Amino acid sequence: MSSAVVSTSAALGRPFLFDADVEEEPCHPERGGKCAKRISRGVEEPALSLPKESLPYLETSLDPRLANITPASRLEIRPAPEMVASGIPALDALTGGLPRGCLTEIYGPASSGRTSVMLAALAAATDRGEYCALIDASDALDPHFLTAAGIDLDRLLWVRCNENSPQRNRVTEKNLFKKKISQRADQSEHRLEQVLRATDLLLESGGFGLILLDLADIPHQSARRIPLTTWFRFRRAVEHKPTILLAIEQQPIAGSCSSLQLQLGSQNFSDITPHSQSHTHLLTGLEIRTELIRSRLDRKPARSVAFETKTAWAG
Amino acid sequence: MPFTCIYVPNFSIAAALRAEPELQIRALAIFEGKPPLEQIIAVNEKSRELGISPGMSKAQAELCSEIALRPRSPLQESSAYSALLDCAQSFSPVVEDTARDTVLLDLAGMESLFGSLTKISHEIFDRAAALGLNANVATASNPNAALLAARGFSRVTVIPAGKEAERLGALPIDVLFDENLEADQKEEADRMIETLARWGIRSLRALAALPEVSLSERLGQQGLHLQKLARGIATRTLVSVEVPLVFEEAIELEHPIVLLEPLAFLLNRLLEQLCARLASRALATQELRLMLELSNLTGIDDEFDNVGIPSESDDSRKANENLGAPLLAVFARGGDFQSREGRSTHLHRQSKFIRKLSLPLPMLDAKVFLKLLQLDLNAHPPGAPIMQIHLSAEPARPRSAQGGLFLPPAPEPEKLELTLARIAGIVGEQRVGAVELLDTHHPEGFRMRRFVAEVARKTPQRKSPDAAEAQAAVTALRRFRPPVHVHVTLENGQPMRLTCPRKKEVQGEILWKAGPWRLSGDWWDRDAWSRDEWDVAVRNNESVAFYRLVHDLLAGDWFVEGTYD
Repeated sequence: MSSAVVSTSAALGRPFLFDADVEEEPCHPERGGKCAKRISRGVEEPALSLPKESLPYLETSLDPRLANITPASRLEIRPAPEMVASGIPALDALTGGLPRGCLTEIYGPASSGRTSVMLAALAAATDRGEYCALIDASDALDPHFLTAAGIDLDRLLWVRCNENSPQRNRVTEKNLFKKKISQRADQSEHRLEQVLRATDLLLESGGFGLILLDLADIPHQSARRIPLTTWFRFRRAVEHKPTILLAIEQQPIAGSCSSLQLQLGSQNFSDITPHSQSHTHLLTGLEIRTELIRSRLDRKPARSVAFETKTAWAG
Repeated sequence: MPFTCIYVPNFSIAAALRAEPELQIRALAIFEGKPPLEQIIAVNEKSRELGISPGMSKAQAELCSEIALRPRSPLQESSAYSALLDCAQSFSPVVEDTARDTVLLDLAGMESLFGSLTKISHEIFDRAAALGLNANVATASNPNAALLAARGFSRVTVIPAGKEAERLGALPIDVLFDENLEADQKEEADRMIETLARWGIRSLRALAALPEVSLSERLGQQGLHLQKLARGIATRTLVSVEVPLVFEEAIELEHPIVLLEPLAFLLNRLLEQLCARLASRALATQELRLMLELSNLTGIDDEFDNVGIPSESDDSRKANENLGAPLLAVFARGGDFQSREGRSTHLHRQSKFIRKLSLPLPMLDAKVFLKLLQLDLNAHPPGAPIMQIHLSAEPARPRSAQGGLFLPPAPEPEKLELTLARIAGIVGEQRVGAVELLDTHHPEGFRMRRFVAEVARKTPQRKSPDAAEAQAAVTALRRFRPPVHVHVTLENGQPMRLTCPRKKEVQGEILWKAGPWRLSGDWWDRDAWSRDEWDVAVRNNESVAFYRLVHDLLAGDWFVEGTYD
């Protein structure tokens, strides 16, 4: 059973704010709506005439001070984030571009075109004159493909995470009671720790137009152990900045913190015949299928596009 | 023409207080000499009140428990002298270094730049105080009058032209003679003072009033010269000094430092002094050089056992276990420092520890410099207790950048430098920065270089929208570092199947391949390489992945070098 709470003052038609100098008179609606007469220290203030539906209007009518207060029920309309080119026209047609001040996730299996999309985004950002940072969890970047993609190397900061960091070497104490985990999982977690710390530092430093987290080779079992609070912190850090935060993964791990999620997949290879002996084959590129999984920015129906990437030697 | 004199009384004491300002409230005495014959050479006012005076032996002074004794430090005095010159040269290009505690400036033409003579004098006083020097500043129409006024009056004195005799008259005769004279000159000066005292001449006014002829008959030309000085009419030209721009600060420690935290405290003080001196010359710095003089560790000093230097005793071993990271950082990772084992001492003697901090752009922020030095010392600890700290800065013109409303965002250089230093501490020094391709066909032919974000750089030539749209995305290769070793099943020389225990997702039947392409290089070098490259497609769970398969022709091994993604 619902109930409504109505204050006694509202019921009696008395003002909500009580002035110590004001003598109150009870409300008498039969007097033509005049409910109160404010008398303060010998100066009679004009009575406020109240309409019959007093409650919603008391805020603004009774006291001018209340007129300047925005009610909590009125939410501010946030401006839409600026969308910038991703470097791939088909992707821009699907999503409108990459949003500034938001977290974007691009995920897919191996050879699904994630790194190609990453390089295209870097090329577009450096072409705009922005500085970019790539936090490479697996140290997988091949610099020769940077120039092929048209990236300005002077504007790219490359952070190469690794297993033998100085910080890890300084840790000499080991918890003997810690559950034994596989060496590979331990290495992945150590790399992830470096990624998260470097990301925090770069977001705090500011000034970068694009910050990329390359987690594509981190096993999903390790990557999903990044707490959502971390992703939330990253999102809040870029919220009011002109920085694009882009994460490349095997599976989505940021939950609702990402504003845009794209799933990539490679072409159907059923027509590839095994034991192909032709020596004239040449890898000319990949056909990538992209599906828009989620977009908080512009509610479009989920759909997909396909585009091709070309190898540097394809001509 | 106005001249200003900056005089630092009791220079040795002033230099020591500049290095250790906390001694201002204490009785302080400076001693010099070889033990056990050290003698007190300078004392401050509080020491005089306790009965300590120059000439006493150190042993006598030590009887007073309240006194702080410090050895004379040529390093600190040199730094103080440099600071004095910096202060003077920030107001006038014509500066004479009259003595180690006195400089004279020619202020001709400076009033239009800096304001009235009184204003300039007060600014000089404030600037000297900011550099850690408690100086007397006096301005007069000739250098000698300014010199005498600075010696005789404390703080700021401005003598209008023509009033020199009147203002200087009350000063004692002693101001006519420098404190730091050589022995024979000092003896002659004492004789002169004694002679004048016997005549009842104790002030400059009295000396100025003497008849010139009689004075010259008794004291000769020297007496006449002294009389001109007392009247404030002796004039001369300044011999300006051209001092090389050297910005160095140093501090000697009474007890060696073993922790990074007190070291940071002292570095902060030195950096602030350096930055103040650079700022007074409108300069910045692009290189900082830190040199730490370390104590030799042959044998074990008992007094150091309890502060954590590894030793055999149980107490010191327990002390070591309780040590926090800062101390371990000083000792444990010094590279040449090893803990003791058994009975023998395996401690490397290391006298000097030098670190050079190169900045991408000229900067002048003491806090940023301190943080960078701390991060550097954390990564490269000295490895032994520190006895002396030398800090120098290479001067450079400050950078100028023209901002713009429509320029894309760029990281601030100071913040970026700190961020990169912190990231380097996380991932390693050579693993963060910009990439530079080398002129080689080697697959890993690149190196890391410093990342610099310059705001005023040439704007990149932006591709036309049509050209950008027409250019397809480039297929990238994700490398495995190190490459993954695989076993390859061959058939007629062609790879047919991959087996990889380390990376299960890489192994499988090869569905499609292209190649081989042969590459080789550096055949003239020890690092010669020769390889065949294949592009292969391997079924990976539900999809197909493309890999680059490499056959090392020299070693005969097969590797999967990366994934096309």
